[in-house]
Amino acid sequence: MTKQRFLLTWIFALLLVVPFVAAACGGDDDDTTPEATGTAASTPTTAASPSPEPTKIGGSMILATTTSTQDSGLLDVLVPIFEKQTGVEVKVIAVGTGAALEMSAKGDADVALTHALTSEKKYVDSGDLVEGQLVMHNDFIVVGPKDDPAKVKGATDLNAAMAAIAPVGPFISRGDNSGTHTKELALWKAAGIDVATVKNREETGQGMGATLNVADQKKGYTLTDRATYLALKKNLALEVVFEGAAPLLNIYHVYVVNPEKHSGVKAAQARAFVAFMVAPETQAVIEEFGKAEFGESLFVPDAGKKVEDLGK
Amino acid sequence: MEALWEGLKEAVRLIAEGDVELRDIALRTIFVSGIATLLAMMAGVPLGYGLARGRFRGRTMLLGAVNTGMGMPPVVMGLIVWLMLVRSGPFGDLDLIYTKRAMVIAQFLIATPLVVGFTAAAVQSLPRDLPDLLAVLGAGRLRSLLLLVREAQLGLLAAIMAGFGAVVSEVGASMTVGGNLQGNTRVLTTAIVTETSRGNNDRAIALGIILLAMAFLVNLLLTMVQQRRVR
Repeated sequence: MTKQRFLLTWIFALLLVVPFVAAACGGDDDDTTPEATGTAASTPTTAASPSPEPTKIGGSMILATTTSTQDSGLLDVLVPIFEKQTGVEVKVIAVGTGAALEMSAKGDADVALTHALTSEKKYVDSGDLVEGQLVMHNDFIVVGPKDDPAKVKGATDLNAAMAAIAPVGPFISRGDNSGTHTKELALWKAAGIDVATVKNREETGQGMGATLNVADQKKGYTLTDRATYLALKKNLALEVVFEGAAPLLNIYHVYVVNPEKHSGVKAAQARAFVAFMVAPETQAVIEEFGKAEFGESLFVPDAGKKVEDLGK
Repeated sequence: MEALWEGLKEAVRLIAEGDVELRDIALRTIFVSGIATLLAMMAGVPLGYGLARGRFRGRTMLLGAVNTGMGMPPVVMGLIVWLMLVRSGPFGDLDLIYTKRAMVIAQFLIATPLVVGFTAAAVQSLPRDLPDLLAVLGAGRLRSLLLLVREAQLGLLAAIMAGFGAVVSEVGASMTVGGNLQGNTRVLTTAIVTETSRGNNDRAIALGIILLAMAFLVNLLLTMVQQRRVR
C-alpha cells in the first residue's frame, strides 16, 4: 500500500526532526538566572549577603518543599542569592510536606525543606534523608471569621479552642498531607475529637493560599502558618482567633536526600544548599524577611539551636 | 466586581509598562505550546489521514481510541508523563523532568489525538473516490496528496486550532511536569494559579487577559487563513 509507505516516511521524518526541536528548546532552559536575580535585587534584603565567595559548583538541583515557603515569597528571595553564589540552578517544587518527603524517598529530589517533624523522622529513620539541619520556625495560628461564631477567642487553651470549633464549624482543612494538615490532625487528636464529627469540616486538597481563600469565602476556621496568613492578609476578612500554644510551633528543617541510597542525587549541590540555608548571612536574610512589608518577621532563624529550646 | 475592575486596570498598566516577567511568561507560553502543536501536526495529520483512508484491521478500534484520547484530561496525561520522566521513573536518566522539553512532550501527547481526530473527520468528509479521480487525471502520488490536503484544509486548520487551544489553556500537565519554575517553566496558566494562591488577584487577572488575547490572536490568524481559502 502506497499510503502506508507514505505514512512510514512521515514518521521517520518526524523522528529525525524531534531531536533538533528538543535541542532548540533545551537551549534556553538556563535563561533563568538573570531574570530571577533581577527580582531579588529589588528587595532590600539582598544587600546583606556579600558572603565568602565559594567556588562555583554549577549544575542544577531539585528542592522539594512546602507551599508555605513559596507562597510567603521567602524562596523568591533566598534562591536567587544561592544561585548567584554557587551557579547551581534550583528547581523549586512546592508541594505539601507529605509529597515533598515522598519525592525524597524515591530520590526524585535532592533537598527537602519541610515542616513536619514527626513525618520527617520516618524518612530520617529509613535513611532517605540525611544531614538534617534546623533552619527556622514560625508558628501556626487558628484563623476564623471576624464575628467568631464558635467563640474560639475566649478559649483558655488550644484543646478548648479546637473543642469550641468542632460543634460549630465550618472548618476548612488542607487535606493534602502537608505539614499543616498533619499538624491539624494532631491537634484534633490531642483535643480528643474525632475528625469525622467536626461540623462542616471540608478538605480543599490545595495549598495554604488557596485554602485560606476558601475559608475566607465560606466564613470558616482554618489552621495556617503565620507567614502565609500575613502575606495574604490584605485579601482576607479572617482574623487570628487563637495563637501562642507550644504545639503550634512550626519548625522547618532542611535535609539532603541520601546520595548513597539514591544514585541520581546531586550530592554536591544538595550539600551546598543545606550549608547555605544555615549560613549566618542567609539566616540574617531570613530574620529580615517580611519586616518591611508586614512590620514583623515571618520566620525566626534557628540555625544551631535545638528543637527543644524553641519558643522559650 | 470591584476586584475584576481593579484587575483590569492593573492588567492594562502591566501590559502598557511592558512588565518583563509578564512578557517572558507570555513568550514562553507561545514557544512551548507552539512547538507542541507543530509536532502534533506533523505526527497527527498523516496519522489522521491514514486512519481516514486506510483499510486495515483494527481501524475502528484505533479511531475509537483516538476519540477517547481527544477527551483525555490533560492532568492525567501530565501524571503519566511525570511518572515516566521523574528520576525514579523509566526515563529518569534523561533528566527531562521540570524542563520546557518535558512540557512540550506532555502537550504534544495531549494535542496529537485532537489533531488526528479532526484530520480524520476532515479527510472522511471528502468524496471517497477523489484520490482515484486524481490518479485518473494523471496526478502523481505526492501531488494528489497535496491536492487532497488542500481540499481538506478547512478541517485541517480546525485541527490545528483545536490542538493549540487545548495545550495553551491547560494547566494540570504543565504544572506537574514543568513544576511551574519561575523564569523557566512558568507559563500563563500556571502563573495564574500561583498569583491567585498568593492573593495577587490583579496580576492573575492581567495574566488571564493576556492569555485570552493571545489565544484570540492565534485563532484569528488561523481563521483568516482558513476563510481566505474558502472564498
